[in-house]
Amino acid sequence: MKLMWDLFSTFFKLGIFTFGGGMAMLPLIRDLVVEKKQWLTDDEVVDCFAVCQALPGVIAINTATYIGKKRAGLKGSLAASIGVMLPSFIIIIVIILLLGAINENPYVNGAFEGIKAASTGLILYAAYKLGQQVMKNKITWFIGIVSFLIIVLLDVTALWGIIFGGVMGYITYLYEEYRRKKRGETK
Amino acid sequence: MAFINLFLMFFRIGIFSFGGGYAMLPLIFQSVKDFNVMTASEFSKLVALSQVTPGPVAVNAATYVGFNYAGLGGAFVSTFGVALPSFVLVILVMHFMEKFKESKGLQAVFFGIRPATVGLIASAVVFISETSLLNGPLISKNFIINIESYVNVLPCIIFICTIILVGKFKISPIKITILAGIIGAFVLN
Repeated sequence: MKLMWDLFSTFFKLGIFTFGGGMAMLPLIRDLVVEKKQWLTDDEVVDCFAVCQALPGVIAINTATYIGKKRAGLKGSLAASIGVMLPSFIIIIVIILLLGAINENPYVNGAFEGIKAASTGLILYAAYKLGQQVMKNKITWFIGIVSFLIIVLLDVTALWGIIFGGVMGYITYLYEEYRRKKRGETK
Repeated sequence: MAFINLFLMFFRIGIFSFGGGYAMLPLIFQSVKDFNVMTASEFSKLVALSQVTPGPVAVNAATYVGFNYAGLGGAFVSTFGVALPSFVLVILVMHFMEKFKESKGLQAVFFGIRPATVGLIASAVVFISETSLLNGPLISKNFIINIESYVNVLPCIIFICTIILVGKFKISPIKITILAGIIGAFVLN
């Protein structure tokens, strides 16, 4: 029960402090889930992100479901997903009830601009920290750089970068198996 | 009837949108238009609201449309509808991954996916910086020609301070987000 509450409240926090969806959640997830709670390792967070980006749907809910299940099964998924949705749900209804409609407010827009700038830096730092963990040799650097370039230069969706990585990983594996077999034969 | 329609509409949005966040907005717009629940100007208000309120964009949209159309119950079924595909798909995929986690082939696929995902996160920094730090694409002539008007100086300072605060002083991302919001409200308004 304590774990359920912990999952719920952690994802509730993520729901409150994430602006702009999906990717903006990553730095906060790394901070809370890897460094503070130690629920997942850096490698597992990267796997989680790959799966959540590759599947359709709401990325924040994908992520909550994934981490919740990893920690505490189906119930954990439910606790984390409800946690990440609840702040939005409440805030939107309160705004509709209080304001009726949305009015432009320069202070709110300014705050949002500031948060976006900070969020860019936080995501960059998260990429650096995860990269330190994941980029182990020439092949991983190659895959990382090529996937970055195809997404930025060809302007394709994230899914293609992930598919490219998966195919490259599998080819590398087949090649190593082939070499191992050949070495076995010559001996 | 309204509840079932709202549920189905958002369930469809949940299944067919890849990329999450703002990538979902065109599909949401298409659906609410076909459905006659919202005008274009109302929709643009919804987009503006989603930008300045926290949380998943799709949940914001589902709550807003559902509540305006059928009250609290409507907000609830819409949100449930948009969340359900995510929930079910992730559980299924994880079940599959658990089952084959001993497979060398699947391990090899993930060995390649991990660095690709880091590349993907780095590419997100480029795309986000084009609206947060710059006034257009990073790779363009204007970047060199009109550098003063192209680069947003104050957001760039916040960006650099953020990296120093999180990297060197280990300040938590939540504290930095709050701080950047307060500074933005008074300096960038």
